[in-house]
Amino acid sequence: MTGYVRVDWRASLSLTGRVLLYLAVPLFVPVVAALRYGEGWTPFLVTIAVTTVVGYGLSQLDDDHDLGAREGFLMVAATWLAVALVGTIPYIVAGWGTGSTLADPVNALFESMSGFTTTGATVMGDIGVENHSHALLLWRQLTQWLGGMGIVVLAVAILPELSVGGAQLMDAEAPGPGIEKLTPRIAETARVLWIAYFAFTVAEMVLLYGLHLAGFAPEMTLFNAISHGLTTLPTGGFSPEAYSIEVFSAAVQWAIIPFMVVAGTNFALFWGVLRGDPLSLLRDEEFRFYTGAMATLTAVLTVVLFVGPSLPGTGLAGVEESLRHGLFQVVSIVTTTGYASFDFNGWTATAQYLLLFGMFLGGSAGSTGGAIKMVRWLVIAKSIKRELFTTVHPEAVKPVRLGGRALDENSIRGIHAFTLLYIALFFISVVVLMLDAGRIGMQLEVLDGMSAVAATIGNVGPGFGVVGPMESYKLFPDTSKLLMVFLMWIGRLEIFPVLVLLTRAYWRS
Amino acid sequence: MRVIVIGAGEVGSSVAASLCDEHEVVVVDVDSDRVDALTYDLDVLAIEGDGAAIETLRDAGLESAELLIAVTDDDETNIVSCGTAKTIDDVTTIARVRNTKFLDTWQHAEGALGVDVMVGTNLLTARKIASIIGLPAARDVDSFADGTIQMAEFELAADSPVAGQTVAEADRFADLTFAAVLCPDEDGDCEEIVIPRGDTVLEAGHEVIVIGTDEAVTAFSHDVAPDDDYHDVLLVGGSSVGHQTARLLEERGIRARLIERDPERAQTLAESLPKTTVLQADATDRDFLEREHIDDVDVVVTTLESDEQNLLAGLLAKRLGADRAIAVVEDRSYVSLFETVGIDVAVQPREVAAEEITRFTREEHTENVAILESDRAEVIEIEIDDDSVFAGRPIREAAGDLPDGVVVGAITRDGEFVRPRGDTVVEVGDHVVVFVEADVLTDTLAQI
Repeated sequence: MTGYVRVDWRASLSLTGRVLLYLAVPLFVPVVAALRYGEGWTPFLVTIAVTTVVGYGLSQLDDDHDLGAREGFLMVAATWLAVALVGTIPYIVAGWGTGSTLADPVNALFESMSGFTTTGATVMGDIGVENHSHALLLWRQLTQWLGGMGIVVLAVAILPELSVGGAQLMDAEAPGPGIEKLTPRIAETARVLWIAYFAFTVAEMVLLYGLHLAGFAPEMTLFNAISHGLTTLPTGGFSPEAYSIEVFSAAVQWAIIPFMVVAGTNFALFWGVLRGDPLSLLRDEEFRFYTGAMATLTAVLTVVLFVGPSLPGTGLAGVEESLRHGLFQVVSIVTTTGYASFDFNGWTATAQYLLLFGMFLGGSAGSTGGAIKMVRWLVIAKSIKRELFTTVHPEAVKPVRLGGRALDENSIRGIHAFTLLYIALFFISVVVLMLDAGRIGMQLEVLDGMSAVAATIGNVGPGFGVVGPMESYKLFPDTSKLLMVFLMWIGRLEIFPVLVLLTRAYWRS
Repeated sequence: MRVIVIGAGEVGSSVAASLCDEHEVVVVDVDSDRVDALTYDLDVLAIEGDGAAIETLRDAGLESAELLIAVTDDDETNIVSCGTAKTIDDVTTIARVRNTKFLDTWQHAEGALGVDVMVGTNLLTARKIASIIGLPAARDVDSFADGTIQMAEFELAADSPVAGQTVAEADRFADLTFAAVLCPDEDGDCEEIVIPRGDTVLEAGHEVIVIGTDEAVTAFSHDVAPDDDYHDVLLVGGSSVGHQTARLLEERGIRARLIERDPERAQTLAESLPKTTVLQADATDRDFLEREHIDDVDVVVTTLESDEQNLLAGLLAKRLGADRAIAVVEDRSYVSLFETVGIDVAVQPREVAAEEITRFTREEHTENVAILESDRAEVIEIEIDDDSVFAGRPIREAAGDLPDGVVVGAITRDGEFVRPRGDTVVEVGDHVVVFVEADVLTDTLAQI
């Protein structure tokens, strides 16, 4: 029956099982929160039981963890799907019989996938601690934190049996066209990345709560400080507040911006900074391009906001407001975080198109950001420049250089293919989404539909109109939601590791 | 002293020839014909054998030798010969290498691989080419005293503003010395070397050798040819010399174009030369050259595999409008032919290597040597010691004791340039750069 299958799927699924088994550990965090706030903890105990049993069962499929490249793709894709599925259980159990939108399995899967893939698109109705338990909201934040640096990267860091195939797994999961080994041992590299990630998260929590204690941020309670710390660094965007970052003071909004910038930066660069070479950050070509692109977009958006009727403030206060919201929104969208410091649904069409463009940029390679990524745009820009040059000098041999090193032509081809596929998938999905919305008579503007697809495939989160930053994706039909679940999944894994599973060559030849 | 030369090729023969008058020279080569030829041509002992083999080295009398010079065409053989020699006896070893990777290793740890002095032919050749490009009108350039002082040889074209002036008129620079004027015969070969005085007239066709500071030489170069300035450089041939030349030009901010026929080699070159435009094409393709606007090119440098290809590519480029052509020439007998038919400068890697090797075989205080006009004269840099005729005396007085045909070109003291006037007193430890005609060389060296 499976005699012709050339993929050792048992080994892949067995490893997926091991990861599920470990998922039980972070599930104790909402249990602790439930005890602290005197809330029900049954949903989490049920989930712990399920993930342990399923995880153990899968891990017994095979005891040989020798993974090849093919098994790596399957393992990574399956792990993300499995984790998202298990992640639905708390939503369904907690919402059962309460009339919560999340009691519906499709909605729960959407919310769970949106969490782990750090998208930040939500279908939760009536967000806030008044309507949902602290524990459940904390779990929602925690899924983004776990998904940010990568579940598999975490597994590589702590599971010794992944020392050999680990590089392949990380390559399939990590954002960007290839991984950088910082240390000779891959597990060490994975650990370094997670430690930097952890340190920045704690730093943000401390800063936000410090602002609260100093009296600059009355709304930033300890719960809120922890919650936002958990979703900034993974470029997630979930907030336990219905009005996202708009409810907080200007000081908080300014304080969050640098952490979003960090989240969209290649974490490997912090390794250089940590080893006493802070200038390595500025030497990095992608980092310069990343900050330059955001600065340019911010300048344009600030002007658009200032002259347009988008913001209430005038005069000097208007300048600060335009700059703050312009910068916050550009950084939030480009890094694919998805926080909103202002309901940009009311902004002019120019401002919205500018943000839609930003959704395609994405963070740096090796960051927690999604979308196409800065390094790819940089390489594409350079190869177009080369194309123009070779039109004039047909005999010229001109390698594309990144940071002084010549790039291999194969990786340039890969980058072109990825970007083209990404954009093709975007347009196809927009058409499907518009058709599906029309089928049930839902009113969907073209810009809103495009923003919904761009925000899910790019793991950004909010879009415009019905999917605006203070709205929710719950109005879409189930079929559209499942399409967007799929887009978030392949968007997070950068399309190819999932798409390759759908080819005959992968399984047979 | 006994000197062992491994390799009886052109460099080996010329090194042996220049040493055999004063030293006991043993030449080792694997080729029996070369060994036979050398036995009759020079007063040396020629042995057939592998210079990297311990037996051969013993036969050559390594135990009593003081110097071993490995100059075969094979880098590895040269290095291994030096290393092998070091295992037997503590001789001073000199190795010639082409590949710059060995030179990098050696520079990073001098004395590595058992080589005391490594002479990197390709890099030296590239440096020569790059410095000629730096001084548009020059035919030959060498630097002394760690680059503080330059020697340059200029040919005066008929339209040069300097042609027809006297030396006194042309010498507007305090830091420049006119060392010699070379008057050519009809074939373009050097006929007579004139030590210039203030009233010597510089005529078109003459060659002038000047010594001075970098700035003064560059300024004089603009006097000689005011319009020439090399911005547009075309390198033909991606050999190691071509590669190194492009790299040196990049360091100086000149974005050259480099033509290489082999696609793989072109790719490698393009990857390591970020500021050079590498073109993968045949340099004899006229359409391609015209498309690349070769008529605007200031200078074409040909560094292909063979002398003949270099000649052809250089001449074609000049015919299509390139201003000047510099060609690499391996065979010394071609040099004057090349320059007669239209190549402006012929650079000989072997001469470059021989210059460098000679420098090390001289008395220890000889710091640097430039050989001019195929051994007719030399420019040498010497550190003055107590025994020197210069020590503690004014130049005019010391020069009186030296034979005719010697000109003091420049002096540096603690790395700083000192203007050489008749009454300048030379101190012990100064570096003096002097022009010396070949026939008084031995005599002069003995005194200074």
